[in-house]
Amino acid sequence: MSATTLPGAARPSRLRLFEPITLLWVVLIAALLVLVAAPLLKMFVISFEMQDTGEFTFQNYLTAYGRDRYLQAVKNSLMLGALSAAISVVIAVPMAWAVSRTDMPGKGFTWAIVLAAFIMPPYLGAIGWILLAGPNAGWINVVWRGLTGATDPLVNIYTFFGMAFVIALHSFPLVFIFVKSALDLISSEMEDAANILGGGTWVTMRKVTLPLVWPSILGGFILIFLETIALFGTPAIIGIPARINVVTTQLWQFFEDPVRVEVASAFAMPLLLITIGLIGVQKLLLSRKGYVSQTGKGGERREVKLGPWRWVLFGWCLLVALLSVVKPLMVLLQASFAKAWGRGFSLDNLTLRNYEFLLFQHDMAPNAVWNTVWFSAASATIAVVLALLVAYIVVRRLMRFADALAFLAMAPFVIPGIVMAIGFYAAYAGPPLSLYGSALLIILAFAARFLPIAYASSQAAIRAVHPEMEEAARILGSGRLHAIRKVTAPLLKTSLLGGWLVVFIVASRELSAAIFLVGPRTRTMSVLLYDLTEQGNFEVVSAFGGILLVITMVIVGIGMKLVGRDFMLRRGE
Amino acid sequence: MPRLTLNGLTKAYGKLTVVDRVDLTLEEGEFVSLLGPSGCGKTTTLRMIAGFVDPTAGSISVDGQVLSAPGAVVPPERRGMSMIFQSYAIWPNMTVEENVAFGLKLRKLSSAEVKQRVGEILEVVQLNALAHRYPAELSGGQQQRVALARAIVVKPSVLLLDEPLSNLDANLREEMRFEIRRLHDEFRITTVYVTHDQGEAMATSDRIAVMNAGRIEQVDAPHLLYTRPRTRFVAGFVGRTNLLEARVEGGEILLGGVSLGSAARAGAADGTAGDVLVSLRPQAMSVLTTAPVQDDALVLPATVRERTYLGEAWDYVVELGSNGLRLRAAAPPLEAHEIGTSVWLRIDPRQVAVVA
Repeated sequence: MSATTLPGAARPSRLRLFEPITLLWVVLIAALLVLVAAPLLKMFVISFEMQDTGEFTFQNYLTAYGRDRYLQAVKNSLMLGALSAAISVVIAVPMAWAVSRTDMPGKGFTWAIVLAAFIMPPYLGAIGWILLAGPNAGWINVVWRGLTGATDPLVNIYTFFGMAFVIALHSFPLVFIFVKSALDLISSEMEDAANILGGGTWVTMRKVTLPLVWPSILGGFILIFLETIALFGTPAIIGIPARINVVTTQLWQFFEDPVRVEVASAFAMPLLLITIGLIGVQKLLLSRKGYVSQTGKGGERREVKLGPWRWVLFGWCLLVALLSVVKPLMVLLQASFAKAWGRGFSLDNLTLRNYEFLLFQHDMAPNAVWNTVWFSAASATIAVVLALLVAYIVVRRLMRFADALAFLAMAPFVIPGIVMAIGFYAAYAGPPLSLYGSALLIILAFAARFLPIAYASSQAAIRAVHPEMEEAARILGSGRLHAIRKVTAPLLKTSLLGGWLVVFIVASRELSAAIFLVGPRTRTMSVLLYDLTEQGNFEVVSAFGGILLVITMVIVGIGMKLVGRDFMLRRGE
Repeated sequence: MPRLTLNGLTKAYGKLTVVDRVDLTLEEGEFVSLLGPSGCGKTTTLRMIAGFVDPTAGSISVDGQVLSAPGAVVPPERRGMSMIFQSYAIWPNMTVEENVAFGLKLRKLSSAEVKQRVGEILEVVQLNALAHRYPAELSGGQQQRVALARAIVVKPSVLLLDEPLSNLDANLREEMRFEIRRLHDEFRITTVYVTHDQGEAMATSDRIAVMNAGRIEQVDAPHLLYTRPRTRFVAGFVGRTNLLEARVEGGEILLGGVSLGSAARAGAADGTAGDVLVSLRPQAMSVLTTAPVQDDALVLPATVRERTYLGEAWDYVVELGSNGLRLRAAAPPLEAHEIGTSVWLRIDPRQVAVVA
């Protein structure tokens, strides 16, 4: 029998040196250097330079740490981080335990709340809480005074604790996800072993279950601590009026005229170093052998029967839902449809004017909506394409130094967004590129910032496709690219879409990186929302927040339909 | 001209040589297995033939044309081969029909011809009823048949199989062995089959190349590999055996000073002399209660020391009366001997092989 010939079968062999993959590797390295390495390096260099002459100096560091006010900001950031993380743990651990291990009712509801709290941009929560717990006009205080006749407010959001509390209300989902996935891996037999030796439900939970997930709790704590010290929105919206200065708001002040990017760079260094250090600690914690790392293999999992206590736990989840999602959303919604939000829920207070004003009369709002959508889409596309190519080379071990690519792609994970933004500003805002205020600069910064999210999902997706799938196509006559197009790409489609949507969502609400880079024509919704907050017109702010939430919800809805219910909340992203 | 030639084929990763100067030639239509323990280099050899791995030294040619040599490698897609993978690698995003048609479409055949050939091959592997199913809806054995159909339908110059049955359960594995051999008899495609399972290799192959530590130890037809192993490794790896020290003097094998007689001569290669190692299969011996009538076999007094009943046979360990040597001998299920009883051990000299 004669073999059926393939087109081009007679062509001579070629040298391996000129594989197109080598070229691709060079291109990827270049892209990653531009996106990740250059901004950081430039920021580091510039922190040792005189503003105009570029001479070497330590003056920036002396300026940055030379005033009590600045040092106080660092102290405040660290305390705020610790407090928010602690509150998050208190909120989330009982919820995670209840959902993972017990017969608490309303688990689906709890999931939905966690997801909603996660999706809601933290600064919208902050605005909601200003409406709820502002010392004078806040709803809670108005009701309190009406009921008791007291003159002092019951709660005041413009305090250190108030700020930490609001931050925690939107950070706790991270602890929840960490702890729940750890709990999911513990087999019931561990608890049975404690029960048979005489330990009751509570003793078992305290002595066996919780200790097993300690690393995850700590890991979540660290992550929230880091997110909080890098957070700009809530500290700016609540902290500035309350005269509580933190590192990020101080950095912002260094960017007010005259822009002192050298000092800002010097001031941002501890943020970077703390983040790198703590992420290292967190990795160590979570990789400790013999802990949770055992798989759930073989272990049967049963729900712990709580009896009446299950209603207590459910009450807790309900309270968290009320505080983190339901009430802030309610007051935001009310304000967005109100002529004056303080006048409360009445028909004659209803109006569509706020939305109408934003969509048809405001000179920047429609533009900001459009900017947000296309910046997010463009940066998500860049991040996913780049991440996919890098992950492909790394997972398939196509190149010798592939791990260097992976390192660069994951590096932004340990860089706070605000630091990244200062790096991009330092590297590309001024001459020779003069990209300040351009769409390109913002898109690249977003793409770099969220590259690790895209990389993690691409890597997992490619790992799940057996290399033999592609080899089977190649041996039958398709080239590497054809095989990727016909076989690998269709198999990756869903997970890549998931990664793209997650990047889109986080980019669409990104504030801390955007605020340093936007120009007059490139304002995003998040930045404009912050500007509107400063003007104090909360009806319009709320309406704009409503528009942002609708866009986010549409994207999340698409994601849930196409990718799966929990695509936002997968562990490891 | 041979279809496939491996010439001094070598693969090294740094200092670790995983395939070491392998020479092998396959005639057109021949079915050869690479048999060996895991880590012996058989899969690397196969992947070099496919073009997925570049050789460090040596070459691979098909019909006289060099396809692989250090620094110059024809990529897999231009080799006109096909391969069946351990994981089957059936594309889950395509139906059975689309999977099978994939290679044909790349060969720019008319859609009518593609349709006809896909129909024919699906008939052969009895999958025509499932042509429009997706792989997730198929059983393991059916997926295996899709992989076979997809590989055969393109009429490859060489068909490569990489442990194709290792993911199937025992019964199905047995069935698929014969299926593979049947398809080979029907299409006569030159085939290289990698496996660690000697039963599979024996059932399917024209010849078996036994590999160990990167080298081919012996290439022979299955029955010769069993009866005439040439190295200690082959004797031990293919079937079970007793390895005994012996001497060859004047073309005669002396076991413990006793000549095995002229019938054993075939076991010694010409010109061998001096101290050697011989392989004596358990099946080459019988355990008897009474001394047999003298024939040209060697009969020695022995004592039963251990026994294991395996269902198909008894597995005895007997101790020779003359020198205390312990041998493993097989006996039919009904020939039971108590431990400690004296027996006669009859050794068939024709089944003694000198291995080193």
